[in-house]
Amino acid sequence: MKKALGVLIICAALAVSLCLPVTSQADGVIKIGAMATLEGPFAVLGQDGMRGVKLALQQWNYTVAGKKIKLYTMSTDATPDSATRAARKLVEQDKVDIVIGPLSGSEGIAVKDYAHTQPQVTFFNGISAAQDTTLRNPAPNFFRFTGDGVQFMAGVGEYVVQVKGYKKIVTVAEDYSFAYTNVMGFLLGYCKAGGKVVKRFWVPVGNKDYSTIVASIPDDIDAIFVALGGSDAVNFLSQYEQAGGDKPMVGGTVTIDQSVLSSKGRRKTYMIGTPSGSAMADNLDTPSWKKFVAEYKAAFPKGFPSPSVFAWGYYVSTVACLTALDKVNGDLSNNHKAFRETLSKIELQTPSGVVRLDENRQAIADMFITEVAERPDGVLYSKVVKVVPQVNQTLGMDRKEFLALGPVGRNNPPCN
Amino acid sequence: MKLFIMTILNGLTLAALYFLVASGFTLVFGVMRNVNLAHGSLFLLGAYVGFDVAEATGSWVLGAAGGFVAIAILGLLLQVCIFRFMEGQDLRQTLVTIGISIILADVMLAVWGGVTYQFEIPDALYGVTRLPIIKVYTTYRLFILLIAVVIGLALWLFLDKTRVGMMIRAGVDDRDMLAATGVNVHRVFAIVFTIGAGLAGFAGVVGGSALSIAPGEDLRYLLASLVVVIVGGMGSVGGAALGALLIGLAEQFGLAYSPTYGVVYTFIIMVLTLAFRPQGLLGRRA
Repeated sequence: MKKALGVLIICAALAVSLCLPVTSQADGVIKIGAMATLEGPFAVLGQDGMRGVKLALQQWNYTVAGKKIKLYTMSTDATPDSATRAARKLVEQDKVDIVIGPLSGSEGIAVKDYAHTQPQVTFFNGISAAQDTTLRNPAPNFFRFTGDGVQFMAGVGEYVVQVKGYKKIVTVAEDYSFAYTNVMGFLLGYCKAGGKVVKRFWVPVGNKDYSTIVASIPDDIDAIFVALGGSDAVNFLSQYEQAGGDKPMVGGTVTIDQSVLSSKGRRKTYMIGTPSGSAMADNLDTPSWKKFVAEYKAAFPKGFPSPSVFAWGYYVSTVACLTALDKVNGDLSNNHKAFRETLSKIELQTPSGVVRLDENRQAIADMFITEVAERPDGVLYSKVVKVVPQVNQTLGMDRKEFLALGPVGRNNPPCN
Repeated sequence: MKLFIMTILNGLTLAALYFLVASGFTLVFGVMRNVNLAHGSLFLLGAYVGFDVAEATGSWVLGAAGGFVAIAILGLLLQVCIFRFMEGQDLRQTLVTIGISIILADVMLAVWGGVTYQFEIPDALYGVTRLPIIKVYTTYRLFILLIAVVIGLALWLFLDKTRVGMMIRAGVDDRDMLAATGVNVHRVFAIVFTIGAGLAGFAGVVGGSALSIAPGEDLRYLLASLVVVIVGGMGSVGGAALGALLIGLAEQFGLAYSPTYGVVYTFIIMVLTLAFRPQGLLGRRA
């Protein structure tokens, strides 16, 4: 009797799980799940990412092709297992059709791995930018409309050597996949242009006390390359300055971002003039960018003075999703076949330029070399110095040749 | 050489911070056998309250005082309104403190948001102090060391030389006997909890000024004080000092000389302590 009951329950569960995705589409609702780091060291960044999702959905008035959009949100804490947990909850419990997220590099790799097991759901990357989320073993249902950490840094290494004249640097970055990718992107160009790396410091995400690292930075260097995000960056910079450090800085993508620039403290004069690279810049002079900033400010008066790269990334990903849904008239039948084909071929107009996808469903987009500047009212912003048009994931190199550089890591590239 | 001395100084100052947090934790445990897992939340709440006070008054010192007073009062209320009613029920108290810490964490997230806050420390403490060999060292961190020494001495004087201190020590040794001699144990408990919580709030401001305050710090400091207290010995203020010293130095030397495995050393120390001296270095067998 007991056994029979067990079998019955399993059958019932199976029946329910098989039926649900069909019913959710049939009743004219598209379920979208969004996840971002609303806890932990990147909490502020996640909050701004969610603003990006909501801004895009508001522009579509939460309806696409006559179907209502229902948004489910989940919080993660920048660890891969929290991202997998959030994705599982969205997919298996809420039965969403589309997942948007995550935010942090190693989370992205974990969600991509999970996407392999859920072919009936389409995943849009949030703003996570680790290289191997799409470069090696990509998932056919995982789309990234934003660059990876290497792309963000396109051209910055050469610029730093040739224009700024920094020949010897140390790097300080968080010890995980995105920071590896970001450092690699910087060093590829930097080392080719003749720069040398004296030392590389890797710190755990969420590290608070940088006194030992500040003490270990050698004196005979030209600059420090800092790739730290959110509160990590704020902590390092204020402790470095407090300890009397005076070397100029080169910023990683998430370090020279509104989420750090707009935080309170005494760092301002130190940061002005710091070069960096990103997929966007605060003072872009295009109508679409200005419209995006104006709408962001109108929708979120409590947000940053200008949207962060996280709001931008989640916004672009959500817009990509909604645009493609419009084009296929909300048709998600046959495991999203038409939807995904449209996505692969789309030429997306984003606030920072046109984005296309390569065969791994990874963005090819404009990248910006920036320097920090100060507005008359005292707000710091990133100012465009140079636009690097349509950067792909291999920086224009042959794919085989680029793959031969090896996966990102603490000591790649060697830079001897 | 420079790095070595720097690391020792960093280790000492971090230990000072850990000691400030852990001393209150160990006091409460020693007397009341109450593992207060909301201690980290008290730390963080103290930091936030202190920040608001410092912003409003423009004075860092008032902020630190505000952190102490607000959390001391909260501690007193917690003891009088909640823990009193579950005396001697260790497990229930522990679970209730976990509940409180979760609630406080969410309330703090709602009120102060996820932003990282940094105190404006007084100009006198800002910048660097000249020292031999390593040339310069952050003044504020030396100040933390000083504060920890002062608080440590004050606690020692209080516990060793005053009548209430005597009662507390007696309570650590044998709570029932203390009650039997006619001492109002509840009042002793209330005093201990007030001081312990207040120290956590004060440490929040001091620590938040050295590093920064953000959600998640509550758990970090709770874990740090748990490790410190396990290594040093539950209930012993001297043990908290020794444990903080070991953990602080291990953490900093780890970061300086083998960054990849830096975190491991702390836990190796804890494992060794538990394996060979489970009551802690200066703890007594229960």
